[in-house]
Amino acid sequence: MEQNYYQKEIETMPLEEMRALQSEKLVKQVKHVYENVPYYRDLMDKKGVTPDDIKGIDDLYKLPFLTKADLRDAYPYGLLAKPLEDCVRIQSTSGTTGRRVVAFYTQNDIDLWEDCCARAITAVGGTKKDVCQVAYGYGLFTGGPGLNGGSHKVGCLTLPLSSGNTERQIQFMMDLNATILCCTPSYAAYIGESLKEMGYKPEDIPLKAGIFGAEPWTEEMRRGIEETLGIKAYDIYGLTETSGPGVAFECSEQTGMHVNEDHFFAEIIDPDTGEVLPEGSKGELVFTSLDKEAFPLLRYRTRDICVLSRKKCSCGRTLIKMAKPMGRTDDMLIIRGVNVFPSQIETVLLKQGYEPNYQIVVDRVKNNDTFDVNVEMTPEMFTDKVSEIMAMEKSLANAMKLMLGINPAVHLVPPKTIVRSEGKAVRVIDKRKLI
Amino acid sequence: MAIKQLTVFVQNKKGTVVSVTDILSKNNINLRALSIAETQDFGILRLIVNDEATAEKVLLENGYLIKVIDVVGVKIGDAPGKLTEALSVLDKENINVEYLYAFMARTEKHAYVVLRVEDNAVAEAALTSAGFKMISDADINKL
Repeated sequence: MEQNYYQKEIETMPLEEMRALQSEKLVKQVKHVYENVPYYRDLMDKKGVTPDDIKGIDDLYKLPFLTKADLRDAYPYGLLAKPLEDCVRIQSTSGTTGRRVVAFYTQNDIDLWEDCCARAITAVGGTKKDVCQVAYGYGLFTGGPGLNGGSHKVGCLTLPLSSGNTERQIQFMMDLNATILCCTPSYAAYIGESLKEMGYKPEDIPLKAGIFGAEPWTEEMRRGIEETLGIKAYDIYGLTETSGPGVAFECSEQTGMHVNEDHFFAEIIDPDTGEVLPEGSKGELVFTSLDKEAFPLLRYRTRDICVLSRKKCSCGRTLIKMAKPMGRTDDMLIIRGVNVFPSQIETVLLKQGYEPNYQIVVDRVKNNDTFDVNVEMTPEMFTDKVSEIMAMEKSLANAMKLMLGINPAVHLVPPKTIVRSEGKAVRVIDKRKLI
Repeated sequence: MAIKQLTVFVQNKKGTVVSVTDILSKNNINLRALSIAETQDFGILRLIVNDEATAEKVLLENGYLIKVIDVVGVKIGDAPGKLTEALSVLDKENINVEYLYAFMARTEKHAYVVLRVEDNAVAEAALTSAGFKMISDADINKL
């Protein structure tokens, strides 16, 4: 495939130059954060680090980490580094009040984020001649806005369909000859199956490439999507904490995602000791925003288990590559693209008077996640009326939907029927086999 | 006058009913009536037994979720139309029947209907004044 770059100088920059650029940005960024974010200044003071100690990217390891807990403690403005009047947007995770992340953006932040998405679109062959259908959700979720902005920057004709309404997706795709599809991999698979059922063959479908992310997916799923849609399917990575999709993106080689390391510096650490591990080691992925203004997280622990590689890439990009995340260091699940923590289920149960005896069962049927929650009935709740028990299940499902944003199927089960290993209930059974 | 019903919460899974009846039979408990309400996920066994206290104890010991509730037991004639007659009485009084099941006596020429209603006393009064005879746990034990 002929290589196009959105920002060739950066994307193919020799390592030495990139290090120099990163160093320059980091020194400035640490000063900016130290001066404007008391929360992080305290962390640095506690660790005995001053901005003067950070002379370049090699000094990054001296800085304290930020975790999701910090984000929660500092909610909503504690990590904001710019006056609100300089901010133009927020985006947010789908989490609960306890876990919700609200990220702020200045116009420059939006621009650099959209540049990252534009690089991703260009890397899969996108140009101004393309018609880019964005079927990620629009709104607080970063997927839609990010790819929408990237598509504008590349100059594609952008179809802002948002997620859902598959019939309409297909109608626009076929009538307006969409060539690039951006959505979650499971939704891409679903659109593919729907097209197949309607009798379309891969060669009838105008798409040539797809950019799919926001949830884990397998190589097998990639092949399936590529076959049904007759396209090349590419991965994209990002998180609201750093900006959104586009932190890393796949190129024609399809062997990992190039990190936009001029904006987001990636480290791999030992999740237990916090020690930085050498390239090629498996560990927890940590990101530092080098030039974001409003919400510049330094050394943010993603909890994703990952490997970084500087191996030469056939696409010509010199940007470091990250493997598909291989798991998590916490118990977070990603179900239908939404982050789910078992503790959220527990909160709902306790609120409604149940014991925290439950089990989450996730599976993938026809490329769609199924989400079941088994809950042990208590003697106090038990009634002899079927209708009342079904109403209890429904009420639990509704409360969980409110908390998580996705709908589980709740099943009340007799006490002690949830599998316990060594006395501890097995909270999560994930049958999706994604890794 | 009400009779005791043992209510057991089980999963809708192969073998769950037999494991309950097995425990009862091993403890010499006689089933008088059994009704099952089930959904895709769970089932509710409703049992009338000759010795409800022992049945409750042994099932609890075996880890079952049990609830003992009072239900109305009515004796009706073993002839066509008798159940309709009893239900009409309740209907006329606007008494809603949540569920019901019936069983026959071995010796007498009678059927018995177990009724789950909101207010046992109201239902019993209505049925009694219409000439029906209620049964008690003592009656059940004699059957």
